[in-house]
Formats: sequence, C-alpha cells, structure tokens
Amino acid sequence: MFRRTEPTDCTIVWEGRDLPAREGESLAVALLAAGITSFRETPVTGAARGPLCLMGACFDCLVEVAGVQNMQACLVPVTPGLVAGIQHGARSFEEDAA
Amino acid sequence: MFDVAIIGGGMVGSAIGFGCAERGARVAILDEGDVALRAARGNFGLVWSQSKGDGMPAYAAWTRQSVGLWPVLAERASVLAGRDVQYRAVGGLTFCLDEGEFAARSLFVQRMHNQGQEGLRMLDRRELAELMPGCPLGPEVLGASFQPADGHVDPLTLLRGLQAGMRAAGGTHLPGAAVQAVEPVAGGYRITRADGSEVCATRIVVAAGVKTTPIAALIGLDVPVRPVRGQNIVTERLAPILPLPASAIRQTGDGTVQIGVTSEDDGSFETATTTAALARMAARALRVLPVLGQARMVRGWAALRPMTPDGFPAYAESPTHPGCFVATCHSGVTLAAVHAGPLAEAILTGALPDHARDLHPDRFLGMTHVSSH
Repeated sequence: MFRRTEPTDCTIVWEGRDLPAREGESLAVALLAAGITSFRETPVTGAARGPLCLMGACFDCLVEVAGVQNMQACLVPVTPGLVAGIQHGARSFEEDAA
Repeated sequence: MFDVAIIGGGMVGSAIGFGCAERGARVAILDEGDVALRAARGNFGLVWSQSKGDGMPAYAAWTRQSVGLWPVLAERASVLAGRDVQYRAVGGLTFCLDEGEFAARSLFVQRMHNQGQEGLRMLDRRELAELMPGCPLGPEVLGASFQPADGHVDPLTLLRGLQAGMRAAGGTHLPGAAVQAVEPVAGGYRITRADGSEVCATRIVVAAGVKTTPIAALIGLDVPVRPVRGQNIVTERLAPILPLPASAIRQTGDGTVQIGVTSEDDGSFETATTTAALARMAARALRVLPVLGQARMVRGWAALRPMTPDGFPAYAESPTHPGCFVATCHSGVTLAAVHAGPLAEAILTGALPDHARDLHPDRFLGMTHVSSH
C-alpha cells in the first residue's frame, strides 16, 4: 500500500515479529510501510482499526508500546528494538499494573 | 412570520425550540454561531437533582419534575440524534473526602430532605463499596451522598438530538449573526440581526445564556446574568472503573473520565484554562480514584455558564412585550426535559407553569448577594 522513499536502518518488534523501520519516523508510519493496517481492536465491537489522521487527533492508531496501553502510534518515534503490539479493547489498569 | 423565534441555539434554546416545533409551531432558532460562548459545550453531563434548590423549593420541584421526564426525552433524543445519548439513571454521588466534608454533606442532605427531596441519603464507605463492587476508591473516600434518581448523559449528543428534532418537526436553524434589535410589528415582532437580516415572529424566547442581560433588555426585561467559568478535564478512554457518576467526576459511556469543574466567578468572558485550576481538579480526582494517576489527560477546556444573582434559573414573560419570554439557567441538561415539555407548552399557550412563575427575575430587584451553585 505504501512505498518507502528512504531506506530502513533498524528493526522493531510488532506482535513478536521483527519489522524493518527507520529511526525517528513514527511507529504508525513504520507499521503502515510494513503493510500493517490493523493497529487495535475497538472496545465496543472488537472491530479492527488503523490510523486515520496521523497527526494525533483521531485516536484510531492506539497500540501497546513496551507494555503501556493506549499509545498513539502516530506520536511514538521509532527507536531501534522498540516493542509494540495490538491494543485489545479499552485500556485497563489491572493489566498495566501487572 | 414564524410562530416562535428562539434567540439562542444552545441547550436551553434548542430544548424549547424542539418542544415548540413538535407541538406544531413554526420555529426559528436564531443562533449567534460558532463564536457564541456556549455553556452547552462545557456541560458536565449530569442529570442531577441532589444539589438543586436549597432555599428555593420551586427550583427543587422543577428539577425533580425534569428528572422524572428525562427517560422519555432520552429515548426520543437518541432516535433523533441517530445514536444513544447514553442517558443512564444509575444514581449519582457526591464524594466526601474527610470528616468535615461528610458532616457538612450530611447536614445538607437533611436540609434537602426537609424541603421535599426524597431518596437522597448518605452512604458510608462500606455501603459505597457494596454499591460499586470493585471500584478502586481511594482510602480518603469516607462516603458520599447518594440520590438514586440522578444520572448522566452525553450532553453533545443530546444537543444534536434536540436540534435534529427541531428541524425534523419543520423548524429552521439560522446561525451566524447576533441579534441587535427587536421591534413590535403588526401581529408580532421584527428581529434585526448583525448581518442585516430580519426575522419576524409572533412570539420570542430569549435563551441567550451568558448574553441574556443585553438581549432580554430588548424585550423590556431586566435579567442580571453574569458568566461563571467552568474548567473541564477529560482523560483517555479507559475500561470501566467508576459505574456511578459523581459531582465533578464521571466516566462517560465512551470510557473517558471527565473531571470538573471549577466555578470561577470573576466576571470575565475569557475561556482559557489555567494550570492551577486544572491541577486542583486533578488532585481531588486522584484522591477519589488514585488509579487515575496512570491515566493520560487528553484535553482541558473551559466554558462560561450563565449565573443569576441567587444562582437559580429565571423565567418570565415580558410585561411590555406580550408574547416575549426569557429563560435562563445553568443546568440546561437537567432541565432539558421540562424546557422541551411544560415550558414549551406554556410559551405556546401563554401561561408559565407554576414552578417557572415562582422563578421570576423580579426577585433580583435590589439583590446584591452573589451565590454560586
């Protein structure tokens, strides 16, 4: 769906799988460039969602980053080795605390 | 010539406009537009009787009447808005965080009970825990007042439903210009707006919120209203943690936690937030639900609410301009059901309901006392 204009220079981990990325780009862009479009499952119906605005407004790109839920992937800069995964449902504190 | 022109397209004007339109009147809502200092955009979304009308039995009764009519309004507004207004009459709480607050609230509850408020009672910590099993209340929460009839709603969806209902019943929404003049013409009144447009109507309702005073003067009524600022915080969406709405803290149907709300009575029409106020609000919310320390704040904002000298609503028909009315209050959501019902009916028939008549702005004559509700 998307084509990179500049080369990747690092690796991130998405759902346990290594993906190529470029340091400093947003996590949302890195995922889209790797062909990932389902970032989260809604709390209401469980339907898949992905980024809409890519500028911090729509909250549709929520993911789990390093164990923290409800992170906006479009606002998280890629760092080498960053670990992220799908946000399932609403953020719950019990899981955060665990 | 419209049957009714409503000056003000916020929560109060939209409820009255909806009520008049569904009763067959040709309605126009004259709305200043996006520059309007709407209280509706800062409303906390409580449908609330437990704190209303201490010392003003007519207001307490008017509020209870509205709460009683709310289930029907909610169902209709949801259909009209095309989505659930999320009205949940699950009961409402006012948390007490130390012995002093608990004692003061207990006295208040007793006073309200003596004035006819039924069902309102104090809950101790154990009863609160039984009411909300698993709710992670902070250790400082000693108890709360509890009114089973209270509840909450999504105020923006409600506003959308009221305006959609007004239009569906043939009403007209005219945004974009402030009202400048009202003059009598044959069979009614002519309203002139800032863009030069004119609207004629048999009846006029001034529902102009914080701008009530200058607009009411155009129909010969003296209604002193000043702006009181309320700041709000909303968090990211969270899994359910607070099943009942409370004064100044509630979890919305979408999962956000809304934290409110200041009552800043400085006469200013500024709508900026202040870090100090937001910090105070957040600090108290953390004493109620310490787990919110992990939650991210998404947004803070402020809105201006209209306040009369005694804090209670004001309703009147003009003695100099027959058929012209004013309606102002700071609880546009709670009172939406009586505004769309008995008040709309009264405006069309020309006789205000008893409770509204007891809330005439004549009581403000010579009043210098300022009270905040």
